[in-house]
Amino acid sequence: MIFRLSPSSGQPLYLQLMEQIRHAVETGALKAGDQLPTIRKVAEDLVMNPNTVVRAYRELQHEGILEPKHGSGVFVKESVGGRARVTRKAQAIVESALERLADLGLTEDEMRRLFDNELAQLHAGKASGGKNE
Amino acid sequence: MNDLVIETRELRKSFKGQAALAGLNLEVPVGSIFGFLGRNGAGKTTTIKVLMGLLKRDSGDGRVFGLPVGGESIGIEIRRRLGFVTEDKELYPYMTVAQIIRFTRSFFPKWRDDLEQRYLKLFDLPPNRKIPDLSKGMRSKLMLLLGISHGAELLILDEPTDGLDPVAVRDMLRELVAISAAEGTTIFFSSHQLEEVEQIADRVCIIDRGTAVVTGSLDDLKTQYLRLRIVFAEELPAPIHWGEGADHIRQEGRTVEILVSRNVDALVNQARSLPGASVERLPVTLKEIFLESVRSN
Repeated sequence: MIFRLSPSSGQPLYLQLMEQIRHAVETGALKAGDQLPTIRKVAEDLVMNPNTVVRAYRELQHEGILEPKHGSGVFVKESVGGRARVTRKAQAIVESALERLADLGLTEDEMRRLFDNELAQLHAGKASGGKNE
Repeated sequence: MNDLVIETRELRKSFKGQAALAGLNLEVPVGSIFGFLGRNGAGKTTTIKVLMGLLKRDSGDGRVFGLPVGGESIGIEIRRRLGFVTEDKELYPYMTVAQIIRFTRSFFPKWRDDLEQRYLKLFDLPPNRKIPDLSKGMRSKLMLLLGISHGAELLILDEPTDGLDPVAVRDMLRELVAISAAEGTTIFFSSHQLEEVEQIADRVCIIDRGTAVVTGSLDDLKTQYLRLRIVFAEELPAPIHWGEGADHIRQEGRTVEILVSRNVDALVNQARSLPGASVERLPVTLKEIFLESVRSN
């Protein structure tokens, strides 16, 4: 499996790594039960801080995508197969939405901003009220 | 705290009335790869020399491995437990690689033969070559090998990639990462190469005119700092008074860009509440954080 990070993109590296692992799981490049490369291997291959790899793996464990098996490493959780199916379904919905937006003549940037804005609204709606964490 | 390898409090040092360190506070956790950043003359090398007991501080406290810096015998104890790779690459000019290894190991009873052999092979160092005939990259690797093999808990590197070509830089960074992963060694390195620091450090300190101006986890800093780009549908009727955390504001026509260091959510909400505004969050690189924090001179 090939991960590719861009250290100077401004996005935290552990988030980039998480994103790529998630993506690999969603597309099926990583399947349920597959073993992830060791912390040391990822750190050396990508020339990145081992602690950052640890953090990415740990956060994905919290998300329920990865699970550690005692003494033998970190694996893709058996139950994420269902998640991958849901993701593929969602992908189809997004694809058709994008096609329709393109038909309206929207540029990529405009679509992205619209999408981000709607997501932010959704987020704001969910978190309505307490806004001081 | 025991989980700090290096700790300084209000460290001060002047040369001829000129302050090199002006109250430096530094905390380097065990097991971190710590990038110590600053412009030339910001105080990086002075800090390292004070930590290693090669320079006396004027005031303030410094601890390495929990031991106070400054004392003669403690300085020896500290130097025994760390490995130092310096930009001053004047290693004994008459010795070969094999000779300097034999020479160095005689000072360290806990010398690790396994690591010596491993890194000799990994670094592809020719045992019979004289030190001046090595390339810069090889000399740095030799110094790294010496530090690692004597079982250093902490590697201090002063501009380790200075003068190396891009391939050698990448090799060096890969080795540092490998050592950190395999041995859990804490790595403290000074640099003004922001891309290198961004690549392998998990914690950084930006030093400017002898004080720490930014310090923390690199990932957290990147999360904390953001650039907001706000595009308004129509010309702005009046200037906007942005809330706290808007460090740097630039406006061009209907577009406003704000470098935000804190209170991101409040500023985003403020922007969204303005009529006809669409808000984009853009990530900020370490370079932008660096330039922003040392800009004011």
